[in-house]
Amino acid sequence: MEDTGIGLWGVPLAIFAGAIRVSTPFIFVSLGETITERSGRINLGLEGTLVFGAMTAYAVAVMTGSPTLGVLAAMATGAIFGTIHGWICKWPKVNDIAIGIAMMQFGLGLAFFLGKSFIQPVAPKLPSIPLGGWSATPQVQAALNINVLFFIGAALALFLWWAFRNTRIGLILRVVGDSTDAARAMGISPDRVRLLATAAGGSLAAIGGAYLSLYYPGSWNEGISSGQGLMAVALVIFARWNPIGCFLAALLFGGAGALGPALQSVGVTQGYYLFYAAPYVLTLIILIATSSPTRSLAGAPGALSLTK
Amino acid sequence: MTAETNDPGLPIAAGGQASLRPLLEWLARRAEPVAIGLVAILIGLALFSLFILAIGKSPVTLFQLMYTGGFGSWFSIQNSLSRAAPLLLTALCVALPARLGLVIIGAEGAVVLGGVAAAASAMPFVGVVPPIMLFVFMAIAAMVVGGIWIGFAGFLRHYRGVNETISSLLLAYIAIALMNQFVEGLLRDPASLNKPSTKPLPKEYMLGHIPGMDVHWGLVIGVLACILSWVLIEITSFGFAARIAGGNVRAAQIQGLPVGKLIVGFTAIAGGFAGLAGMIEVAAVQGSANASLAAGYGYTGILVAFLARHNPLAIIPVAILLGGIAASGGLIQRRMGLPDATVLVLQGTLFIVILFCETFYGRFKIFNPDLWKRS
Repeated sequence: MEDTGIGLWGVPLAIFAGAIRVSTPFIFVSLGETITERSGRINLGLEGTLVFGAMTAYAVAVMTGSPTLGVLAAMATGAIFGTIHGWICKWPKVNDIAIGIAMMQFGLGLAFFLGKSFIQPVAPKLPSIPLGGWSATPQVQAALNINVLFFIGAALALFLWWAFRNTRIGLILRVVGDSTDAARAMGISPDRVRLLATAAGGSLAAIGGAYLSLYYPGSWNEGISSGQGLMAVALVIFARWNPIGCFLAALLFGGAGALGPALQSVGVTQGYYLFYAAPYVLTLIILIATSSPTRSLAGAPGALSLTK
Repeated sequence: MTAETNDPGLPIAAGGQASLRPLLEWLARRAEPVAIGLVAILIGLALFSLFILAIGKSPVTLFQLMYTGGFGSWFSIQNSLSRAAPLLLTALCVALPARLGLVIIGAEGAVVLGGVAAAASAMPFVGVVPPIMLFVFMAIAAMVVGGIWIGFAGFLRHYRGVNETISSLLLAYIAIALMNQFVEGLLRDPASLNKPSTKPLPKEYMLGHIPGMDVHWGLVIGVLACILSWVLIEITSFGFAARIAGGNVRAAQIQGLPVGKLIVGFTAIAGGFAGLAGMIEVAAVQGSANASLAAGYGYTGILVAFLARHNPLAIIPVAILLGGIAASGGLIQRRMGLPDATVLVLQGTLFIVILFCETFYGRFKIFNPDLWKRS
């Protein structure tokens, strides 16, 4: 055990810092998936979008020297992936869950293919805001060094929560998600709304990827994602399609994900891999606890194939 | 006679033609998936060619290399068949639940845990029992563990309403973490330094090659599993009940079919096959359980099953085709300087196009004999 000066207090502090650090990609992917699922589609391909976004952001940041441009480029590719998914799924007899699996494999393959030459170079990182200046302890300062994207994600969660209730676009999205027929009766084209919602969702998921490659862990390689894109889909169910819920659930998952490294840093190495599985076990337990075989989930969009 | 009852409009005078009609109808119905599947593959290959052109390489050279590397020589054919063996079993892990309307994508988890169970169950018996007995023990252990793993996803689906696609994938991640824990801890062979593994099987306890071929017995096991699955689905009443439940759960329940038992049973059998793939990897390829078990066979198996439209017999040629594509990856990398992910891009493109082409089913009159004489 290294001399940290704060002893076992390092564990909760590391979990807190980890929760913030690890949760940011979850926040963006789950908010994106919330928008998509609220429109009545499910996009399981966000894992591929996330990894492709991570690759794009890293490559563009290496080439232009600007991490912000990297994030914007990632958003654009994410929107393209979402548009493809949305366009294919508008055809009859096409299964959105299966297309999502295919898009995931395609996105991963394309990211590994195009990203091969970017494994070596170092990209500039996204800026973070040091909020720990008041403390003299370096661990506290490090823990409160929080990335800009975390705050943007938090603000976005609040905004979406408000927008789903109070804006015309939010209402249209919910109508389409709850009943395709009602939307048609109102003169709304469900396919177009779903296509745009999937594109928006993909673009947000790609920001999550950009965070992975440009901030934490801050490098591009083929193992950059450990299933964040998929777990976010489960997280949306747990959060009951509520953006604020997504934000809180993402923090919980981030904390679970930080458990293993935090314990390892104070010398607990037994069962390291089991702690590594903690977020997956937590997701599964939450899914089991909140699902029911007899009734559909509270808050679930009516047209969603996931809960049928 | 049957033709005339099917279509009263047919003139009786044309008796000779009428007797051909059942055959034509049968052919037309069978031709639909084959024709649409082939067209989908052609569209997929065309899109992939555009991609290869866009990065400034020749798709013609690529496809030639793919053929040479996959099926061009006896050596490459054997290589493709070896790679197809685990895919046969992991594709069954997707196809069997799919007949019940479930999308299970976590075969990878059953593969790795099946491999660990096989390696662990072999330990006390090496040198005690003859090899054939050892293989039986290993296979049983792997199938039980794999069956429990995927069967659990089926159980959660029916009795708890948990989406099986997500739960099976979470279980796959958990399984890989468990495997790492086992091979680095409890079951680790202290002699394995760089790559933590279980104790390797002695050479005489390895599953050998098919006589006259450089392909291990896993291929035969995989093909047998596909044939058995076909019989199970198409001929037995268990399979018939499963197909009804897959078509309409409510109707199956009204008929008094035990839907829950069917779902758990089918997912457990499916997981058993994927576990068997892990056992074959350990007994025929790796010699021990280690991180190489998570080689992605479970994920390629999803593609194989969807390509084969969840028909166990169609899985055999599709798995060999994809095994060939995978086998050619090394050659493409060496000769054209393309990354190894080229194969993944091709697989992903094919997968998307094939699912998209589902929309063409039932749109062409030529495949639907009921509509032939109406126009």
